[in-house]
Amino acid sequence: MLGEALALSAVLFTIGVIGVLTRRNAIIIFMCVELMLNAVNLSFVALSKVYGATGQVFVVFTMTVAAAEAAVGLAIIIAIFRHQRSVNLQNINLLKG
Amino acid sequence: MQPNQFHSLVYEFAFYFFGLTAIASAIAFVTRKSPVAAAMWLVNVMFCLAGLYVMLDAQFIATMQVLVYTGAIMVVFLFVIMLLNLGHPSDLADARGKWGYIMALFVGLALLAEVMVLNRSNAIERLIPPDLAAKAAAAAAAPLAGGIIGPVAAPLFKEYLLAFELTSVLLLAAIVGAVVLGKRRTNAR
Repeated sequence: MLGEALALSAVLFTIGVIGVLTRRNAIIIFMCVELMLNAVNLSFVALSKVYGATGQVFVVFTMTVAAAEAAVGLAIIIAIFRHQRSVNLQNINLLKG
Repeated sequence: MQPNQFHSLVYEFAFYFFGLTAIASAIAFVTRKSPVAAAMWLVNVMFCLAGLYVMLDAQFIATMQVLVYTGAIMVVFLFVIMLLNLGHPSDLADARGKWGYIMALFVGLALLAEVMVLNRSNAIERLIPPDLAAKAAAAAAAPLAGGIIGPVAAPLFKEYLLAFELTSVLLLAAIVGAVVLGKRRTNAR
């Protein structure tokens, strides 16, 4: 089942990357990042079955970082929404030359 | 049919069921227009992953997945979506243009090809040192000393204690950062 789990993790990660590259809604892009983190967690857990439980410890750390990232990222999105009245990335182009 | 064989058949069926449901939900999540619908599909993906964690003998992680990811993080996402009233699809084009799709296609194909090559050549199995694999197999065969949480808790509070304490600092910084960013700027004076 190790190979299948790793392949599933890779497919989920790929779907997350495709979402980041094809969507313009900032919140959906942010959720795609969460999906990628979940895919990585799956490969950690699958490999921890072979390598021992240390992989699961790292999943705990990943979840903590994901929670912190979600809190700060959503606060940034709220600040951008106050400024621009939109979370569409088409409107957020200050750095565009 | 031997009971053992039946068990492995049920195991395999459940594994593929959760896996394929996760992939289908992830595709539905990426293609939904409405952010609320996308968030609900992502919750479904996370539940399927929790089921897979249980099947991979990581029951504690599965509990954390349901409590932290689907219970806390996704609720925060839905909260923000509804707070900003973004529940309906926006009038602006949500999908990027042609170049976004072409780039996504190339990146997706490259990543998938990489994984297929790795799986085909058994590179992952060869990367695992034999002594480590034997140790893990012996640990799996032995009765668990501290239940199902013991094997996770012992390294967390011994080897990785410093990292564990640093994550608490990280969470504190995130809380302060979220409050500062979310605060309305008042020009009282």
